[in-house]
Amino acid sequence: MSEQTTTDEAGRERGQKGDVLVEMRDLRISVRQEDADDFEIVHGVDVTLRRGEVLGLIGESGAGKSTIGLAAMAYTRGGCYISGGSVNFDGIDMLNASDEQLRQLRGRRIAYVAQSAAANFNPAHRLIDQFTESPILHGFSNKSDAETDAKQLFGRLRLPDPDNIGYRYPHQVSGGQLQRAMTAMAMSCRPDLIIFDEPTTALDVTTQIEVLAAIRDIVDQFNTAAIYVTHDLAVVAQMADHIMVLRHGKLVEEGDTREMLAGPKEEYTRQLLSVRSFAKEGEKETGGEEPLLRVKNVSASYGTTPVLFGVNFDVYREQTVAVVGESGSGKSTTARVITGLLPPSEGSIEFAGETLPPDFRQRDKSQLRKAQMIYQMADTALNPRQKIREIIGRPLSFYLGMSGKQREDRTRELLNMIEMDPDTYIDRYPTELSGGQKQRICIARALAAEPELIICDEVTSALDQLVAEEILKLLDRLQKELHLAYMFITHDLATVRAIADHVVVMLKGKVDDQGAKDGMFQPPHTPYTDLLLSSVPEMDPDWLDDLLAERARLRAEGKLAESADN
Amino acid sequence: MNETWKLLKSAPPTAMFGMIVILLYILVAIFADVIAPFGEREIVGAQYEPATEEWLLGTDNLGRDMWSRIVYGARNTVGIAILTTILAFVVGCFFGLLAATLGGWVDQLLGRIVDVLMAIPTLIFGLLILTIVGTSVFNLILVIGFLYSTSVFRLARAVAMNVVVLDFVEVAKLRGEGLLYIIGKEVLPNILPPLVAEFGLRFCFVFLFIAALSFLGLGLQPPTADWGSMVRDNAVLITFGESTPLIPAAAIALLTVAVNFVVDWFLHLTSGLKD
Repeated sequence: MSEQTTTDEAGRERGQKGDVLVEMRDLRISVRQEDADDFEIVHGVDVTLRRGEVLGLIGESGAGKSTIGLAAMAYTRGGCYISGGSVNFDGIDMLNASDEQLRQLRGRRIAYVAQSAAANFNPAHRLIDQFTESPILHGFSNKSDAETDAKQLFGRLRLPDPDNIGYRYPHQVSGGQLQRAMTAMAMSCRPDLIIFDEPTTALDVTTQIEVLAAIRDIVDQFNTAAIYVTHDLAVVAQMADHIMVLRHGKLVEEGDTREMLAGPKEEYTRQLLSVRSFAKEGEKETGGEEPLLRVKNVSASYGTTPVLFGVNFDVYREQTVAVVGESGSGKSTTARVITGLLPPSEGSIEFAGETLPPDFRQRDKSQLRKAQMIYQMADTALNPRQKIREIIGRPLSFYLGMSGKQREDRTRELLNMIEMDPDTYIDRYPTELSGGQKQRICIARALAAEPELIICDEVTSALDQLVAEEILKLLDRLQKELHLAYMFITHDLATVRAIADHVVVMLKGKVDDQGAKDGMFQPPHTPYTDLLLSSVPEMDPDWLDDLLAERARLRAEGKLAESADN
Repeated sequence: MNETWKLLKSAPPTAMFGMIVILLYILVAIFADVIAPFGEREIVGAQYEPATEEWLLGTDNLGRDMWSRIVYGARNTVGIAILTTILAFVVGCFFGLLAATLGGWVDQLLGRIVDVLMAIPTLIFGLLILTIVGTSVFNLILVIGFLYSTSVFRLARAVAMNVVVLDFVEVAKLRGEGLLYIIGKEVLPNILPPLVAEFGLRFCFVFLFIAALSFLGLGLQPPTADWGSMVRDNAVLITFGESTPLIPAAAIALLTVAVNFVVDWFLHLTSGLKD
């Protein structure tokens, strides 16, 4: 990318690398409200983006990062509007541009890549037809040229079989491939600016690497400017030249990527940087004793499709076992077998030496009570029509026969345990709580049953990183106080590093490898385990380059496993 | 209580109008004995007397006071329609939620039974059964309630299907909760808004259905005052340019419109749509 281009392959005039492309001054965005004054969500942010530069916008949910990203093309989501400031794109005053002018710019000179490619492709049309729509519409090229270009771009984005993959429908390719196809689509008119809105958040780590590398290549090759919106600092460290940290619609800190990672100035940035530093103390030794939970040679199927093949692992008392793997590897299915929602076709579940009936309907109350479950989406795991008192109180009366004052006192005690003030929260409905608080309530409900094992199914993946860390700390403290065992299902290896004692790696319905945590992160293990565990992004800006170089070397030696999604 | 009052005051004019009309109907139905100047079956004058001070709306084909019969009709027609709708909802919701929660063959069996029942035109089916079992008020409520429970079943099952797959229902199942707790405490509260709206609409259909049956002679039997049969009894007058048969018809129409206005508003509120 070192050479500076003045014309692109289509012969279009392009500015010099380093010229200011987008300039937003004192940008303010508000939400229209019917019965109150409009509510400002972005409070005067300045953004400057130069050609050939990647700007990372980072922050928690509600920080306004996507909103600011979209504002670069003078677009706001429904109900919002730009209430102040200016947006200038390559000399064009975007806020006073006509609709026709904006239509000419969007798609042609500014493109957008959304978080969920699956939701943004029309399932009724083939990929290549959707690819060619924009260039033809904008008069950038004709159908056959656009198709040739599509195949070329698919190749550059390392999609398998680039000549033919475009003739598939969106549901016929995997999530990671679809995300890359969407990036290709954004490139179709060789735009000056691409806005990436959390393009890898919904992907598995091994797939994420491919997409990140592809995006970076393409941005380099065409000298495109990009705005990269994400909540993950480790990802943005690989992608961006420049980072803006946002919080509550305001700028917290901005600076060069390397400088900011090396020496953050603001406390909030420091917190974000240290978010993956939490690690539980000590590691639970196992040996001699009887396991609390024994998953014994379990196979299971959905209808006639087999999904689990002879899964074996143990969970000991006070131990945290992390079950990791990509989506579709059978992690959650294993949990369903353990809870009895999906009776296994073969094998059995033993709990404290006793074989549990395969179907939860045949298990008695105390068997059900001892293993509780916490879900990924706290929103749907709590009944929106029940107050917190009822949600936590019900297991108390159901399992332990508590009622009246005893039940009330215990409910309050549990709320204190999860660090929520009983007087404030006991009469609230779940919809009146934040995401992290909802997850805490789910934890309290599980604790109310006085379980010995808690199955945590991706409990932190829907939460912001700082909140997720609080939840992990809480779970860790509760484990020590109440001597709980956790089975922790996750695809986030940073979480594994933080809390696991023992790691079980699953691949395609089988246990690929397992062992104590410290050993697992050190190669050599099975090729897949090494691939998976080395795919966790690190804060180091050189991490992706180093990793790709290492992988290229290994691939040359034929030692590298391919990601399941490729 | 204060909040409810605030909400009612914020209602748009159409819904306000609807609520006032419904309230009036209810008051008339409850205080029929006080409001009506004559008895329901009392013959007070000659046939088809015109409206005078003595008979506000004239008299009907047997010389009974039209106004008094309209007032008593509110009690009979509306009362029976409400009872019938309630029955339809209790039966329809119970089986609908049962089918959604249990799934599997229970769902299939109930679903197919309802398919069969719904395949037969309601009016013809109703006429048929009522001819067989006879037209007492009790039978009327039972038969119409049963017939209309089929569409309630479909609605309740459809909305409950979206709720039973949520994690909190799974939590309750895994806790070992019984079927009735899951249906009553976990699922039902989450599907109430569409059901309440459906109740209003279904009430209109039932009400019109009873009126239609009465008009055909299989609904409420004479001499009970009923709006549907009152239209039929006096229908002949329309050829003489008299408006008498239109009055009970208008009473039916007004209530239907009023209920629809209120239901519209309620649906609007619960759907969260802004325009």
